[in-house]
Amino acid sequence: MPTTDTTGAPAAAPPAGNGPAGGPPRRNRPNRHPDNAWAALLLAVPFGGLVIFYLWPLLRTVLLSFSEGTAFTGYTISGFQNWQRLFENGDDVWRALVNTLVYAAIVLLGVPIAMVIAALLHQRGLRGRSFYRTLYFVPVVTMPVAVAMVWRYIYNGDFGLLNEVLDAVGGPTRAWVADPDTALYAVAVVGIWMALGTNLIILAAGLEAVPQTLEEAAMLDGAGPVRRFFSVTVPLLTPSIFLVSVLSVIGSLQMFDLLFIMLGRTNPALADSKTIVYLFYEEAFVRNDRPLGAVIALVTLVVTLAVTAVQFRLQRRWVTYA
Amino acid sequence: MRDRLRSRHLVTHVVLMAGALLMVSPFLWQFLTSLKTLGESTRIPLTVLPEAPRWENYSAFFDVVPVGSMAVNSVLALALRVAGQLLVASLAAYVFARLRFRFRGPLLAGFLVVLMVPPQLFVIPQYEVIRTMGWLNSVQALALPGMFSAFGVFVLYQFMRTLPPELDEAARMDGANPWQIYLRIILPLCRPALAALTILTSLFSWNDLLWPLIVNTVPDRMTLPVGLATLQGAQGTDYPVLMAGSLLTILPMVLVFVLLQKQFIRGIAMSGLKA
Repeated sequence: MPTTDTTGAPAAAPPAGNGPAGGPPRRNRPNRHPDNAWAALLLAVPFGGLVIFYLWPLLRTVLLSFSEGTAFTGYTISGFQNWQRLFENGDDVWRALVNTLVYAAIVLLGVPIAMVIAALLHQRGLRGRSFYRTLYFVPVVTMPVAVAMVWRYIYNGDFGLLNEVLDAVGGPTRAWVADPDTALYAVAVVGIWMALGTNLIILAAGLEAVPQTLEEAAMLDGAGPVRRFFSVTVPLLTPSIFLVSVLSVIGSLQMFDLLFIMLGRTNPALADSKTIVYLFYEEAFVRNDRPLGAVIALVTLVVTLAVTAVQFRLQRRWVTYA
Repeated sequence: MRDRLRSRHLVTHVVLMAGALLMVSPFLWQFLTSLKTLGESTRIPLTVLPEAPRWENYSAFFDVVPVGSMAVNSVLALALRVAGQLLVASLAAYVFARLRFRFRGPLLAGFLVVLMVPPQLFVIPQYEVIRTMGWLNSVQALALPGMFSAFGVFVLYQFMRTLPPELDEAARMDGANPWQIYLRIILPLCRPALAALTILTSLFSWNDLLWPLIVNTVPDRMTLPVGLATLQGAQGTDYPVLMAGSLLTILPMVLVFVLLQKQFIRGIAMSGLKA
């Protein structure tokens, strides 16, 4: 830690180096860094932890992706083979990538749902607002592992609640999470359900900032509720919608818990439904292929950055900042 | 006009109620199932209500996995992670928001970079660090990486930046040093942000699966989510017991949420909660 100011007792140092207010400056030139010693002292533990648990791991993961070996033999830098494996027979990785992006796209459909509910909740004079908000928010605070178990039971092909309900109304029934054609979508529905509360809170905060007068002016002009929603509320809400979309996608790219529980290891649909984080866990910690795990982790980084960059690009087309 | 308003709200209530029912129906089903016999839970056609509520299912959950020690592990990991995170994050945030020192920019960037990187990039080496220390299957293994999360630094840094600089200046003129200013002036003013961070960190810690699954693999060192996960797919799944157990594990956070709703919502609005 660099410390140019070694006087050690900054307590008496003037608050702002270029003002005479705090007493005589110690040097002729105003001291631009009066707090070096204190910063070093107070930052030692936080920064040490950051290096040990985050910055070094980042570097180590990059190195591992170019290494070969096992946990017992240790790892040695060996070149690009792990990356070559990715390109030569990386079917699993590509499928997991596509699955993850499909999942993220479906969960994104929860944003318009959250918008409608946020707009309904925002109406003036509506009673029971906080009651509704509580109910919609509960899935956000419940443990994903626990709710995934409930949903797996609901989705069960033989005695699940969903099939029972669908059967009663003449809909299609199937083993939703054991069927490769539907498993990922079934999990994504739960993803929408879990994220709705968070989206709602952020959109509600955005709505608070929309001036009520605009709504009222539109109402006086004879615009109905639907027209007002699309012509007044949505355009003014685009910054919040953008934020919610970005967060939703970043969160979806991390999906692990739901899949891990809802599709058990023996599930016939698992092979076709893995997400990228699931694959990472499997390669790095079940098959103990750490170098390949490192490659997959780096792929996630690239994909996350790329998708987020695209979203920021597209932002110019539809987000209006008042 | 007033009648029209009221009837419009009627439609609103119907829609919102239907939505709310969809949101909570999985929990209702979980509760009803938790009181059934295994036979009832897998019978076709399904029965909605249990014939005679079997509260024994809740105690049965304690017999299938070491729930007691798992709950203790979850609570200890949460306490350690929250306490550590509050201390570490508030110190770092204070230094970056209120002190002037060399290399402030690059050091802050070190924290912010971590914020933008998906967690998997840290997991393998974090595991190696914990193993090297001989801390696999321990409480500190569960809590340590999370204590130093840049997320907390960022939330508190944003908050501390909004406090007027005159606070520090006045205190310094009175002869206070930065540590005293941090402890006596800045921290007390950060109470709302600290509360929000406490709640969010507790939520992450209590519900987390991937990291505890990797580092603590001995049953009586597992956390509740990992313990629950081991039950899934075990031979002859006993749905009522599983539903009872999963209901018990989500209950603490739901209670905290109902009691501290305002702080929860502020925390999310403040940080945008990662999924």
